[in-house]
Amino acid sequence: MDTLLKVNGVSKRYGSKQALGNVSFDIGPGKIIGLLGSNGSGKSTLMQIIAGLTPSSSGEISVMGKKVGRETRSLISYMPDRPLTENWMRIKDAVAFYSDFYADFDAQKAREMLDFMHLDEKSSVSVLSKGMNERLQLTLALSRNVNLYLLDEPIGGVDPVARGKILDAIVRFYSEDSSLIICTHLVRDMERIFDEVMFLKDGSIALHEEVESIRMKNGRSVDDMFKEVFGE
Amino acid sequence: MSIEFDNNLPIYLQIMNYIKRQIVSGLLQPGDKIPSVRELAADLQINPNTIQRTFQELEREEVVETKRGLGRYVTSEESKIMAIKKEMAGELLHQFIHGMQELGFKNQDIVTIVKEAVAADGSKDRKGAHPDGHIAES
Repeated sequence: MDTLLKVNGVSKRYGSKQALGNVSFDIGPGKIIGLLGSNGSGKSTLMQIIAGLTPSSSGEISVMGKKVGRETRSLISYMPDRPLTENWMRIKDAVAFYSDFYADFDAQKAREMLDFMHLDEKSSVSVLSKGMNERLQLTLALSRNVNLYLLDEPIGGVDPVARGKILDAIVRFYSEDSSLIICTHLVRDMERIFDEVMFLKDGSIALHEEVESIRMKNGRSVDDMFKEVFGE
Repeated sequence: MSIEFDNNLPIYLQIMNYIKRQIVSGLLQPGDKIPSVRELAADLQINPNTIQRTFQELEREEVVETKRGLGRYVTSEESKIMAIKKEMAGELLHQFIHGMQELGFKNQDIVTIVKEAVAADGSKDRKGAHPDGHIAES
């Protein structure tokens, strides 16, 4: 199988605290991957390292065979768990900002997504509810044409109805030959859109498997496995 | 379209059964076009590769067929649809018989009980149909 993302022996220390310990995995193209873990398990740190925003203490990461860094910026779109937009912006300013900043930004796709998300271009970012803001951030992240999308808690702060809308948008608008890594602790809500899941526990990969094979082999949901591994 | 998924079971099997039920019940007619992978994935909020796998399995079972460049269609072979019906009936029967055996019934008893139940159900249906018949007569 082709490898889109290769993570090899990545560790990260913050002072005396080990955030990630010797993490290795490969991701193929055209996959939606759930990166699952409880709070503080190192999910966001791993996402930031893959995005090239935080250096790892050791180990190597490559995307499409290129070492993570300046060269991979145009291959990866990262949706952080905190908005990147500024409060003075209206939605159309935020879109223009992304459009100016990223040569791979697809303005047509952004308009379609805004429409689908019921976001009005004239609204001010500062008046958006948390759920609407997440819709906007997702729109901005998915409107870039890249190989790898990293979404950090895309349904973190929204009610179940809005979650459905966001899941719908992810499935509808992601491009099929790219891959998505979605980091979440809301396993039950999201498990049906994943190809594979990785459980990140105390900075290490505790499990990396196809979701259908988890169901087939164990006769149980990813959510149940998650609860067992994380002892909730 | 709506369907309640059980996350404890492989999703592609559940969608296969869902589509087969739609075919057997006539909601999807022989020769009907079925939705694209992307459409169904978005409607059901399911991973597109899972839908892809569902369709591949349905193709392998010759329940749906792909026409190049046109999409996927429900088979127009009545015999195939009959086969699905039998397969689904087989599963129901298997569950039923197994359940009855667990309750301690012998095979002969099960046959008797089924006969009686079918007869009772049949007479109820006739009663239901009776007023119509009556009007037609008068």
